[in-house]
Amino acid sequence: MAYSEEVLEHYENPRNVGKMDDSDSHVGTGMVGAPACGDVMRLQIKVSDEGIIEDAKFKTYGCGSAIASSSLVTEWVKGMTLEQAAELKNTQIADQLALPPVKIHCSVLAEDAIKAAVEDYKKKQSA
Amino acid sequence: MDIQQNYFAFLGLPESYDIDLKSLAARYHELQKTLHPDRFAHLSDREKRLSVQYTAYLNEAVTTLKSPLGRAQYLLNLHGIDTISEASVQLEPAFLFEQMALREDLEDIKALPSPEEALDQFLDKVVQQLATYQKLFAEYYALGDVESLDRAAAVIRKMQFMVKLQKEIELVESELD
Repeated sequence: MAYSEEVLEHYENPRNVGKMDDSDSHVGTGMVGAPACGDVMRLQIKVSDEGIIEDAKFKTYGCGSAIASSSLVTEWVKGMTLEQAAELKNTQIADQLALPPVKIHCSVLAEDAIKAAVEDYKKKQSA
Repeated sequence: MDIQQNYFAFLGLPESYDIDLKSLAARYHELQKTLHPDRFAHLSDREKRLSVQYTAYLNEAVTTLKSPLGRAQYLLNLHGIDTISEASVQLEPAFLFEQMALREDLEDIKALPSPEEALDQFLDKVVQQLATYQKLFAEYYALGDVESLDRAAAVIRKMQFMVKLQKEIELVESELD
């Protein structure tokens, strides 16, 4: 199956790969996995006191589409509010990357990951 | 032989996770002989077609049941639990952290000047963990109630990540040779 140019671009030059300090109260970590393909994805956000996402990092062990989906999300969420980030839909990711139907689940994984990161940050703040 | 039967019945094996792999291989060779195309050469096209169908079903059955993960998934499928195509499920965060850490460990090992020994030890660790999951699956599956089968499905999900990791380690090893 051929990857779209956009997927290849993110796969070859992934944006924002890395790790943030999970013990930092400004960092939210979303960890998700897809058992069917054994993919694991970590997506982290750094949030300002004003509730704006200042930085985002990811690490994905999986196929090109999963890597591209998470790479794209980290680019998109920078500058967003938590609410905006939590409203990201997998269909937007799949459209942007022109994912074929068999790879839609990769975009779902990225949506789940950003939602989990936002949840994790909120939980930390209310603790 | 009847391809309407499930794999276990088709092969004449008890429907259980702890199957005897030797009996599986023996049944495979027996059935393969019966199904050999030469024996159907003088028969009608319809019967030849049937022999091809049976052979395909036999191969599918043996490949599935021989694999510890495939066998577990197939058994749960017989109970109406599909762990093969499910896309998004909740997994314990601790398990995901562990899986992420294992993959990071593999990357570190790959970066070593001579990673052979560390890679072998790492593979051993993964294989042992898989064996633990298999034992756990067999226990839950044998209990058979709805709750235990759910737990068995959760074990399969974990197995899937470990099997993927195992394949990745083996790939790295084959690239070293």
